[in-house]
Amino acid sequence: MPADFISNLYVFILAGFVGFEVIKRVSPLLHTPLMSLTNALDAIVVVAAIIIAGRHETRLTSVLGAIAVAASFSNMVGGFVITDRMLRMFKSGRSKQS
Amino acid sequence: MTALALQQYLDFAYIAAVVLFILSLRFLSSPTTARWGVLAGEIGAALAIVATLFNPEVAHYRWVLIPLIIGAGVGIPLGMVHMTAVPQRTALSHAFGALSAAMIGIAEFYVGTAPVTRFQMGEIGLEVIIGSLTFTGSLIAAGKLQEILPQRPIVYRGQNIVSLSVLGAALGLAVALVVNPAHATLFPIMVIVALIFGVLLVTPIGGADMPTVISLLNSYAGFSAALLGFVLNSKVLVVAGALDGSSGFILSLIMCKAMNRSFTNVMFGAFGQVQTSAAAAKEERVVRSATPEEAAAILLAANKVVIVPGYGMAVAQAQHKVRELYDALTKKGVDVRFAIHPVAGRMPGHMNVLLAEADIPYDRLIEMDEINGDFPQTDVALIIGANDVTNPAARTDQSSPIFGMPILDVDKAHTVMVIKRSMNPGFAGIDNPLYYLDRTLMLFGDAKQFVGGIVRELGGGH
Repeated sequence: MPADFISNLYVFILAGFVGFEVIKRVSPLLHTPLMSLTNALDAIVVVAAIIIAGRHETRLTSVLGAIAVAASFSNMVGGFVITDRMLRMFKSGRSKQS
Repeated sequence: MTALALQQYLDFAYIAAVVLFILSLRFLSSPTTARWGVLAGEIGAALAIVATLFNPEVAHYRWVLIPLIIGAGVGIPLGMVHMTAVPQRTALSHAFGALSAAMIGIAEFYVGTAPVTRFQMGEIGLEVIIGSLTFTGSLIAAGKLQEILPQRPIVYRGQNIVSLSVLGAALGLAVALVVNPAHATLFPIMVIVALIFGVLLVTPIGGADMPTVISLLNSYAGFSAALLGFVLNSKVLVVAGALDGSSGFILSLIMCKAMNRSFTNVMFGAFGQVQTSAAAAKEERVVRSATPEEAAAILLAANKVVIVPGYGMAVAQAQHKVRELYDALTKKGVDVRFAIHPVAGRMPGHMNVLLAEADIPYDRLIEMDEINGDFPQTDVALIIGANDVTNPAARTDQSSPIFGMPILDVDKAHTVMVIKRSMNPGFAGIDNPLYYLDRTLMLFGDAKQFVGGIVRELGGGH
């Protein structure tokens, strides 16, 4: 079993625990923005897509990479935009009166 | 700058991105800091992308910049959709995320530099299967939510056997490739079989189960990105994927608990079917109904009102009229709060977003566990487009398909008012004994028009 796999597994398990602890505290009020925000963060696969597309090893890998760049970047941009729009709408009774 | 030093700068940028991502989710714990979360996430993502563009391996910018522009061009309009369309937008973004993870995995298989080892083949195979099935599954979910596809469950005899055999075939092909990675022709077949499985997986699932399904697909999309991190040995992908995956997983658990069902039951249960037969034989029972004038008079006489919104409110686009009702009653000194069931609507937190959009302060939106104890002291429970989540049969009737599901105890309020189009028991087909209680008044009509009628009686509205 490659050494990389083991170190990645460590990272995966630790990140999973961090995620669990952090997300457990998110109020159910914000579960929809939570989903769109994690979607935007998950779109960081765009960095892998950029490398595949930009390395241009074969036409096929670049085409696949380019599709991946467009799909994940649209998730990232759209995810951040809609999350912010949603969060702007959440106002408390007090801030509304002021 | 030497190549090694540059690589280190890139790594530091990725580490900073990971820290910012975790902070981003941390900020989301409170609505007051939540917008900082978006900012932290944006900075992290921008850092990682800019660093990657400096990676010397990225030599052909044409292949990168044009797709980035296209991505932004597609992403911005998808970020601007109307709030009622958020569930289908979310499903679509799961599809995009999974698509890109699958595409990169496939590209990695065809990259010619080094032959794929058996171990790598195993990783790639699993990653591409999960990515592909999540892609088509999410597209089907988005289609159902957009009502391009029928929302009711589509079921046939032997469905589970067919679906599981298709999944088995995809996994079998992956195993064959691990045994002999040289059989490259099997790879595209595996992808196609996995794509078919995604369709079969989601087609039988009905609209009411969408909150769970969307959460599960969220989790699959996250884990496929994490697996991709394993394939590419990229820690930033492993972390981001693990965060997304665990988020989706937690939400799925919450949704399942809120429906008192197991994962397997949602995925393979074909829920909708059982219920139709359960509701078939019901004797005629009397219900009491009321006009908007009568409803307005009862609401005005109340001290405490709890409004229970459901998917029907979203369908009728009634949230803004509901806000007018809230304003009119609050002005007259009535205490109005909203009871939010975890699975109300089509995705987790759906009702909160719709009501927040209509400008209802979030401290008036109360979770089920918190508000259930208050119903005995509530004068009026007004139910707008919610059904199963208020059905007392879930507490008492062991034969009911929803028996054991946690519900909002609206039947304990002094008066219950239910806005509903007719006595038809929605597509789920479960009869609701709540409607036949002496304390219940049925308000028949379209949610938006009926609430508008009440608001006019109260002397508010426009």
